[in-house]
Amino acid sequence: MQNRERDHVREESKYVALMIGRIMRIGVMAAVVVLLIGLVMMMFQGGQLTAATQPHRFGTIFVGLMHGQADAVMMVGLFLLILTPVLRVVVSIYAFMVEHDQLYVWITTVVLIILVVAMIIGYFG
Amino acid sequence: MTNQIILLIITGVGAGILGAIMGIGGGMIITPVLTVLMGLPIQYAIAASIVAVIATSSGATIAYLRDDMLNLRVAMFLEIGTTVGAIVGAILTGMIPSSILYWLFGALLVFSTYNMIRKLIGKTDAAPADHPDELATKLKLNGTYFDKSTQKQVDYTVTNVPGGMTMMFGAGLASGMLGIGSGAFKVIAMDTIMKMPLKPSSATSNLMMGVTAAASATVYFFNGSLHPGIAVPLALGILGGALIGSRIMPLMPTRLLRMIFVPIIGFMGIQMLLKGFGVNI
Repeated sequence: MQNRERDHVREESKYVALMIGRIMRIGVMAAVVVLLIGLVMMMFQGGQLTAATQPHRFGTIFVGLMHGQADAVMMVGLFLLILTPVLRVVVSIYAFMVEHDQLYVWITTVVLIILVVAMIIGYFG
Repeated sequence: MTNQIILLIITGVGAGILGAIMGIGGGMIITPVLTVLMGLPIQYAIAASIVAVIATSSGATIAYLRDDMLNLRVAMFLEIGTTVGAIVGAILTGMIPSSILYWLFGALLVFSTYNMIRKLIGKTDAAPADHPDELATKLKLNGTYFDKSTQKQVDYTVTNVPGGMTMMFGAGLASGMLGIGSGAFKVIAMDTIMKMPLKPSSATSNLMMGVTAAASATVYFFNGSLHPGIAVPLALGILGGALIGSRIMPLMPTRLLRMIFVPIIGFMGIQMLLKGFGVNI
């Protein structure tokens, strides 16, 4: 009985892990594509690695994108990369929901709330 | 410019491999390369290091999730501790002198080094899980992984959940206040305090450190200290390195893994203790 229960938990966590892994891969690939495009653009546009101040607010990044600035493209790529751990937490909530693991739906939701609050503090800090 | 980009990518690949294998962020490699070799201001180096942690975490996590190497429930549960710790740390910054924190965390690392050396000598890595822990069972934290180096399925139980949670809170506090060592403390919390095997501890630390770093990364992203010209080549190198590292780690004998881990945390511990006395190495 105990073995069967343990095998059940094992199968469940394997399924959850695979599901989160697949979506993580898509998220990371999206970030990598944008980062690569930005890097290639920077190499063509030339200049110093740290010379000018880069756009670092949503508005200036958007304006930069419209003007085809490498810096703005790279900032978008970095932002996507920063979002990948958040994506992982969000997908985990869904995955635990599918598994009817109510306890971990709650635990993961708490983590997401704390994380989002921290990021909002980061945005205004 | 091309030379600098190549240097950053190579640094990233190295830090990514080591970080993915050990479950650490790799800031100890990146920061010196950026400040000493490239002469960049420290705040740019720290901002780039935080993004590097996320790149290591997300790059390595893909393989560790597929291999079922990490413990998702342990990660989720303990992340409550690291995220709360990080916020409290950010609020407390400036209230507690950072030298005291460096002494405290440095001493902790040195003590952990001593503990790990004892484990290396005592060969307790092979010891099977003894008694099931009630709280760990209730939280479904016990797990299993397939050890590719011994070709065996390893079932394990974890103990001392409150102790691990406290350490994770400390890990969050350290990264929130000092921006350091978030991975090393996480591995220690799982491996030393909760008695989880080293391989899943490292893989789980990899998963967790991305979440801890995400909040700090937004601070640096929006306050302008994150320079894409530095961070992007570095991050791309790290993602590649983490992909390689996360494929090597499952094949490594646990003992070898620990033998690499010991000098790294020993060095970090001494570095932090000295920093507490105002000496930077």
